[in-house]
Amino acid sequence: MRLDLLLRISTKIFLPFIAIFAFYVQFHGDYGPGGGFQAGVIFSATIILFTLIFGEKRAKSDFPEKIFHVMIPLGVLIFMSTGIYSLFIGYNFLDYDALSHHPKHGQHLGILLIEIGVFVTVIGSMVSIFYSFISGGKK
Amino acid sequence: MAITTLGIIRLRNLFSAVILSTIYSFLMASLLLVFDAVDVALTEAAVGAGISTVLMICVLHYTKRNEAHSKHNPILAIIISLVVGGLLIYGTYGLPPFGASDTPIHEHISSQYLVRSIPETGVPNVVTSVLASYRGFDTLGEIIVVFTAAIGVISLLRRDT
Repeated sequence: MRLDLLLRISTKIFLPFIAIFAFYVQFHGDYGPGGGFQAGVIFSATIILFTLIFGEKRAKSDFPEKIFHVMIPLGVLIFMSTGIYSLFIGYNFLDYDALSHHPKHGQHLGILLIEIGVFVTVIGSMVSIFYSFISGGKK
Repeated sequence: MAITTLGIIRLRNLFSAVILSTIYSFLMASLLLVFDAVDVALTEAAVGAGISTVLMICVLHYTKRNEAHSKHNPILAIIISLVVGGLLIYGTYGLPPFGASDTPIHEHISSQYLVRSIPETGVPNVVTSVLASYRGFDTLGEIIVVFTAAIGVISLLRRDT
């Protein structure tokens, strides 16, 4: 699919900034608006934009569908294992005070870990749903 | 926003309806921004205006461009929605005035979150500390909902079986 030159060049310029903004929203969620869900949606928007501009075939060879299928349960696993880890060393389920000697550091680490879990699952879900829609419509 | 909603109802062309719903989402995001709900506004702009528009346009691949005329009579549905909408608007008269700080919702637990967030978790954004720490179990439920939805869509739409 050959689209307008302007679209392709401007997409190439914009994509890294959108991706970096997604990571900013992810890791700055403690201090500003945002978190794993928003960051995941913004990051999957970069992949969807790439697919829209450069075509399905190139997107699926650069970002194989299988990765995103794996990411959906992986995020849930990261989230759950954070909770189960604190359960094993004698705290409540999802009690982040268990993760470090200092409760505040534990809270930071725990929030970071579960936000990464949310991020991974949301990217996987959004991109997988998008991929299955575009491959189904081309009958 | 009311105009865009009416436009979505009136239009027969599905593509224009999708674009109008995007405009609606952006207006909703600006409204939430005015209400200082920045996290929700960010989500609305990213999901409602961004991803769902792309997905809707993908769905238009499967269907026809224009909406088909419905065969059943819409009178009953219109009456039900008018009655329910009227009851909801009537219910808003019982609510406390907007922004009042002495309402039950502000006196019970949310003030506790605001006071305890920084000493207990060290996270300045209270939305994040409530979502991820105090209500971590709810967030786990939400992420499992996303997981289930994705699995459902993939298994419905995959063709190589």
